[in-house]
Amino acid sequence: MNRKGLILTTLVILLLWQIIATIIQLPIIPGPIKVLAAFISEVINGKLSPHFLASFWRVIAGMGLAILTATPAGLILGQSKKVNLFLSPLIYLLYPIPKVVFVPVIMLIFGIGDLAKIIIIFIILFFQILVLVRDQAANIRPELLNSVRSLGAGRKALYRFVYFPATLPSILTAIRQSVGTAIAVLYIAELFATQKGLGYYIYFQGSTLFNYPAMYAGVIAMSLLGLGMYFGIDWIEKRTCKWLFVN
Amino acid sequence: MIKVYNLSIKYASNSIPIFEKFNWGVEKAESWAVLGPSGCGKTTLLYLLAGLLQPASGSILIDGQQILRPRPQTGLILQDYGLLPWATVKQNCELGVRIRDFYGADGIHAPSEFRSSLSPHNWLHELGLDELSDKYPSQLSGGQRQRTAIARTLSLKPDLLLMDEPFSSLDIPTRENLQDLTISLVSEQGLTLILVTHSVEEAVLMGRKILLLKGLPNQEAYIIENSVSSEKGFRNTSEYKRLCGVLRAKLGAS
Repeated sequence: MNRKGLILTTLVILLLWQIIATIIQLPIIPGPIKVLAAFISEVINGKLSPHFLASFWRVIAGMGLAILTATPAGLILGQSKKVNLFLSPLIYLLYPIPKVVFVPVIMLIFGIGDLAKIIIIFIILFFQILVLVRDQAANIRPELLNSVRSLGAGRKALYRFVYFPATLPSILTAIRQSVGTAIAVLYIAELFATQKGLGYYIYFQGSTLFNYPAMYAGVIAMSLLGLGMYFGIDWIEKRTCKWLFVN
Repeated sequence: MIKVYNLSIKYASNSIPIFEKFNWGVEKAESWAVLGPSGCGKTTLLYLLAGLLQPASGSILIDGQQILRPRPQTGLILQDYGLLPWATVKQNCELGVRIRDFYGADGIHAPSEFRSSLSPHNWLHELGLDELSDKYPSQLSGGQRQRTAIARTLSLKPDLLLMDEPFSSLDIPTRENLQDLTISLVSEQGLTLILVTHSVEEAVLMGRKILLLKGLPNQEAYIIENSVSSEKGFRNTSEYKRLCGVLRAKLGAS
């Protein structure tokens, strides 16, 4: 993505926002300047940052957990037809269920602390990564595997030198595709019985304090969280998967 | 060097065996071409020799050792898709050494006398790949890819080179160029070569001896001696054309 385009698009969005706010003239739609001022002051007076960090930690922890478990599971499924045949009906059934419906159940089981929220994010990302990594690993050309085997690679070296680098792009793609959903579900989870996190902050500012500029400051923080993840993944991909960008 | 004893193998779905009590022998530093139509078992034979497949019965001995897994001194070059797409030419060439470093000199994955030496540069240089060393396979032509695969294999100092249709997907000038290169490398390095091909011309050009696989089940090794190949300009001699004709007749007759 080129930088110029991004800046230009941002400016256009801000302009549209300002126009809508000017036309509608309601306190619930403040203009961007008011909101940016509120955002800066909420960051400076330290009211927003703890909530941002709480949400950020939940996303990172859930994502880390999902990568660490779904990648090896996907690799095993992808290179063993037997295991995959055995487990694929289960994955097939679980994969399309919108995981947000499990939010109440998970909170009942794991309580209202950080753990429940981390697990919710984990579940959403887990299936995405699992399925993409599995399919990528299963589609590695047998010629490639045989060539590397003939160089002396056993199972361990195949994981290290073939399966893992081959599936790295799908891990990143899976995260990119589902991190938005994960943050949306996190928002919902943070509405219940918690006093930390951007979900709580947005709800509290909007519905209890009727401080709409501050509420939008929270919305911006949540958007930045999502965008930051997105850009972070792009950055990692550019550095670790150079071969995808050469043509 | 290679002894194939009473080799039998068949795929479960296919009731006709591919090889049935098949016997064959290869001496050190011989160049062999294995010729036959598709589905005749050429690639199966090569994979068996490479240790990537196991026979149902019978055995394959290389240097007196039964082949139960890929042998560190055997190099394998396939038609395509043998290079890691995410690794540069240089990294691809170093792959074999890296894998050996990964296991250490255990005598299974690497020869027990193996000492790490990350210097395939001379092979990159000798095969004219210097300028391409930071390119990825998708940026290379088919011929450059095969050069890379050859450099990667030779950097492990093999004594036996197995090639499966290595030049089939290349255009004619590149193919002839790489055929000549392979012939000279094999003789320089004193390698034993077994090259699988469906092309009569390539078999006559590359094989001092030609193993003819006529069709399933292969029970007997039909061997054609080819004393004049690998001489310069052999492609243009009448002997070359005569042998091609002989082979075509034999293949057609089966």
